[in-house]
Amino acid sequence: MNTKLLRLLEQDCTLTPEQLASMAGMSVEAVKAEIKKLEEDQIVLGYQAIVDWDRTDRESVTALIEVKVTPQRGAGFDRVAERIYQYDEVESVYLMSGSFDLTVIISGRTLREVAEFVGQRLATIEDVTGTATHFILKKYKEKHLIFQKQEQQARELIFA
Amino acid sequence: MNYESVLSDRIKAVKPSGIRKFFDILEEMKDAISLGVGEPDFVTPWHIRDAGIYSLEKGFTKYTSNAGMAELRREIASYMERRFQIRYDFASQIVVTVGGSEGIDLALRCLVNPGDEVIIPVPSFVCYGPLASMAGGTPVYVETKAENEFRLTPQELRAAITPKTKVLVLPFPNNPTGGIMGREDLEAIAEVLRGTDIMVVSDEIYAELTYGQRHVSIANLPDMYERTVVVNGFSKTYAMTGWRLGYLCGPAPLIQQMLKLHQFGIMSAPTTSQYAAIEAVRNGDGDIERMRDEYDGRRRYLVEGLRRIGLPCFEPKGAFYVFPDIRGTGLTSEDFCERFLMEEKVAVIAGNAFGESGEGFVRCCYATSMKEIAEALTRMDNFLTNLKKKQART
Repeated sequence: MNTKLLRLLEQDCTLTPEQLASMAGMSVEAVKAEIKKLEEDQIVLGYQAIVDWDRTDRESVTALIEVKVTPQRGAGFDRVAERIYQYDEVESVYLMSGSFDLTVIISGRTLREVAEFVGQRLATIEDVTGTATHFILKKYKEKHLIFQKQEQQARELIFA
Repeated sequence: MNYESVLSDRIKAVKPSGIRKFFDILEEMKDAISLGVGEPDFVTPWHIRDAGIYSLEKGFTKYTSNAGMAELRREIASYMERRFQIRYDFASQIVVTVGGSEGIDLALRCLVNPGDEVIIPVPSFVCYGPLASMAGGTPVYVETKAENEFRLTPQELRAAITPKTKVLVLPFPNNPTGGIMGREDLEAIAEVLRGTDIMVVSDEIYAELTYGQRHVSIANLPDMYERTVVVNGFSKTYAMTGWRLGYLCGPAPLIQQMLKLHQFGIMSAPTTSQYAAIEAVRNGDGDIERMRDEYDGRRRYLVEGLRRIGLPCFEPKGAFYVFPDIRGTGLTSEDFCERFLMEEKVAVIAGNAFGESGEGFVRCCYATSMKEIAEALTRMDNFLTNLKKKQART
């Protein structure tokens, strides 16, 4: 499979089909058809902006929760994961190797909202045997993007 | 004091760069888009910067040996063999310089006697002629042609050779045209050189930035190794322009003399930069691919965009420049650049700044973000449309 288009999209999904076509050396029609197919096949799941909410006046907190689970016969961890990821509050769920089973990332407006979600929804799910909640204090980097404004060296005029 | 009378005749004869006036306008201008500056827009990859910082933390702040750290020269030797299949002995055939530019200066000064002719294909980077003159030589410019994709042809070379010819400068991949010379093109040049005493100074600073085919060094061709000094460096390959680090590779008897000059003029290349460079050559192959991929996407987009709005250009297969033909506009290169800057606030460089045969072309550097390239193309389209309207009225 040719991953050129995917790599370009992953880097910047605001590129137009015309730009993608030139960059990948494809026709505009081929790019459009390929993107349609990638979306239908759910290889491309969506397109989202990376937002630094801390620079707005909207309150939000994010927590990373280590979840221990009793795996189920026949379904392993998948059924429990499914019960967890259905919640809108849940941003991400990963199955982990190591001393716990699932990483769940959730965000809410306040600390209390998150704590309530963990206590009342998450921890009470059958087969969840334990949780450890870590609140995220500051985001530095996500998806290769750095949150703090980076100082850049101005380009000097040099005849090179 | 009459400074005119104290300055050397050689330096007075060197023409100042015509680009200064244009830069002065650009400097004053707010929010102009620049496709003018010829350097990578990437920051040096972190692991390389980190190696430089670490060397400072450890207090490695002394001179290195004149030729450069042995460890770095070993890595360069291994790199030249790994990437370009040319073997150099680290101990006698490599000298680390302050940028490729110092390397060119060393090579020319050690090869040229007063009155010797130095053949320089143009358009090309502006330093060769002045450096050849300062070495006492006479630059002989060979105008490469758009219809040959600005490659040097054996006919052009043969026509330029005289009994005084000492050096051929081979600036490929080329700044400003983006043209490259493939193995067959070089073989034709080598055929002209065989049996002569003409030396080659091959400026291969853009060697890693070729698209669709690997760069071939003329030193790789039969009988050429012994007459070629290869100039290379870290600036373009690893986005390390500000570190000022390059190197020369060539036959030991030549390199040893160049080292002598380097020793007196420079002592040794910056130590911090050398530590960073070791990390770059050792673990930076992935960075090269990543940056080249990124440039390649922009290159395709810019070439297609320029063609779409009516500026013909051949497909540049190297460096990070596109060299569109603006003769259809009826403007000279300089007029084009000045008006484009004043009307649309986009800077591109007049082709004749790189030699007379660059007249009728402009250099657009795509080492800048896709957003800026896209915006520059929109403005270029505007500029051309308005220009046509104005020309139709008069």
